[in-house]
Amino acid sequence: MDRENMSVVDGAYAVAHAVNVCKPDVVAAYPITPQTNIVEHISQFIADGEMDDVSINVESEHSAMSLLVGASSVGARAYSATASQGLVLMSEVLFNVSGMRLPIVVTVVNRAMSAPLSIWNDQQDSISQRDTGWIQLYAEDVQEAADMTAQAFKIAENSNVLLPVMVCMDGFILSHVYEPVVLLEDDLIDEFLPGYSPLAVLDPDNPKTFGAFADPGAYTEFRYLQEVAMKNAIPVIEDAADEFKEVFGRYQGGLIDEYMAEDAEIMIIAMGSVVGTIKEVIPELRAKGVSVGIIKIRSFRPFPAEAIRKAVASAKVIVTLDKNISIGLGEGALFTETKSVIYNSSIRTPVIGFMLGHGGRDIPKARIEQIVMEAGEVMKRGITVESRYADLKEELL
Amino acid sequence: MTQLLAPGHRMCAGCGDALATKFALKGAGDRCIVVSPTGCIEVSTTPYPESSWNVPWIHSLFDNAGAVAAGIEWGLKKLGKKEDTTVMVIAGDGATFDIGLQAMSGAFERGHDMVYVCVDNEAYMNTGIQRSGATPYDASTTTSPAGKVSFGNPLPKKNMPAIMADHGSPYVATASIAYAKDAIRKVARAAEIEGPAYIQIHAPCCTGWKFDSSKTVEVGRLAVEAGLWPMYEMIDGRIEKAKKIRDRKPVEEYLRMQGRFKHLFTMEGGEEEIARIQAIADWNAEYYEME
Ligand SMILES: Cc1ncc(C[n+]2csc(CCOP(=O)(O)OP(=O)(O)O)c2C)c(N)n1
Ligand SMILES: [Mg+2]
Repeated sequence: MDRENMSVVDGAYAVAHAVNVCKPDVVAAYPITPQTNIVEHISQFIADGEMDDVSINVESEHSAMSLLVGASSVGARAYSATASQGLVLMSEVLFNVSGMRLPIVVTVVNRAMSAPLSIWNDQQDSISQRDTGWIQLYAEDVQEAADMTAQAFKIAENSNVLLPVMVCMDGFILSHVYEPVVLLEDDLIDEFLPGYSPLAVLDPDNPKTFGAFADPGAYTEFRYLQEVAMKNAIPVIEDAADEFKEVFGRYQGGLIDEYMAEDAEIMIIAMGSVVGTIKEVIPELRAKGVSVGIIKIRSFRPFPAEAIRKAVASAKVIVTLDKNISIGLGEGALFTETKSVIYNSSIRTPVIGFMLGHGGRDIPKARIEQIVMEAGEVMKRGITVESRYADLKEELL
Repeated sequence: MTQLLAPGHRMCAGCGDALATKFALKGAGDRCIVVSPTGCIEVSTTPYPESSWNVPWIHSLFDNAGAVAAGIEWGLKKLGKKEDTTVMVIAGDGATFDIGLQAMSGAFERGHDMVYVCVDNEAYMNTGIQRSGATPYDASTTTSPAGKVSFGNPLPKKNMPAIMADHGSPYVATASIAYAKDAIRKVARAAEIEGPAYIQIHAPCCTGWKFDSSKTVEVGRLAVEAGLWPMYEMIDGRIEKAKKIRDRKPVEEYLRMQGRFKHLFTMEGGEEEIARIQAIADWNAEYYEME
């Protein structure tokens, strides 16, 4: 990357800058740690005359998302950012947004859910909203979170998609870290992201009804068409990454990205900032003769079933890492989904799952090494424990 | 001219909401965008693939009409398309007094240019006549039923117009489906005024209040004549004028017409309860200088 073009900024700034570059017509958000810095930066841009006065201070996240429903339905490009309790407060409206096919973009700065109260990172918040019909993209680093913002608008507004997008970035780990990044280039954006031209808007000259009530004779087909749109999004997400590369010269993967995965026997599947740590560990382990690689999930919804099935070809064991848990199943979402997409295929590779890094618990390199070693044992001896916490403190129980 | 609310919708015969909706549309004209939260009006006008709306219309959800309307207004302004468009909410009392109050409060505080019409049928009718913050004292509903030890709803009606006026709304009014011209004029006036205006239209519900469906307007008129539905306009928080009532009718006449108050005439202690309701009307008459 071109070092000269790089600035050292905090993650929230890089994202706020990218939002500004994408020229939203309306921004509505409500402060919540660790998202707050994004809205604060946007407010400052406006106060300094560096951004159009598009932002509005609302009284809750529920109202933020509702306000964007109104704005998007008249044809405005609409953006919000939130986290944790705020995202879940929006939940009701999230379904309405995807059901009305409004291409709103939200940055989710991932944070644990209360109780117990925690402001720190995990991904329980966005995972809990996975069935709201939103596309969910997960960023590995600050650069990707910023770049994904532009890709998100492009994907959402594609007329074959018309689905809202969540760009998920790990709270604090990405939102508050100072990293050298290339700030999204204002002079190139028009080439990549044209203005939003909606198919249908609320307009007195051409009255339309949005959000009609569907009886059992019609409801299923609306939902089915949302699923079709998700399928349509699969190539669109990949194209957006490719086009982004052509215009900006940066590429972080399409639906997935792979690192030393081609011949790996131990295949890690993970998403978010932990991918960065894993990518540091892998060459060290490779040097010791451990055959390990990673599939990074960029798109969790749509879930990249086909891409995963292809990418695990060489694996003798698959190990998923999850910053979330489905309580009652005792598994993280990546574990469950990965098993589900390979079960009916010819792939018979064992899959094990680790949950870790919940509520902001640090994930040191040693933890990843330990997980890889355990996965290596599974290759030899088979599965003993399918899914467990990798960083449980027994002494606290 | 096409009717802005086309016939063929599924509202009950004798529905007060249907009248209120028509008056609101007549007042606002065809250059409006309507937001309706969940409720009787919403479900009965938009059974896919049909719609009664000849103006652009959106279902917000139950609890957020104020915020969705704010987004439409803000979005139109930012796109440079606001011009002569009126953004109008047509919402039930439950969506207004109770679950949607926060979103509405935010929208009014921020001063979005909108007309918020609350069609007040004094309960959650869509879900089967449950009590709301707009349900009057002693009305029997399915969640505040009269019974051996209950006279029905134990709480007085919330004073929403005052709450909205205190938000700094430039125009707040009450109206009734029994006074069509007045209601239409008030909506038209609200649409002309810049800023968030609030109009609460009394809309008797024959199904929920239990009276004959031919008597909707009569019941509405009696509420006004008995002093239980004061009609007034507030400009910048001050009552400009309240409708004068000559020969105010006893509340008993109004209550007797409706099944929701039937128990007051059969239960022991009902007389004292009616006296309490009379006291509410008397207070209104004095406060709003009706006489
Ligand atoms: C969040 C939420 N809670 C509850 C409901 C169920 N619900 C739908 S409409 C309604 C009552 C509507 O009452 P009101 O606003 O007075 O309108 P009306 O039907 O009386 O015209 C309720 C309780 C819902 N749709 N959404
Ligand atoms: Mg009601």
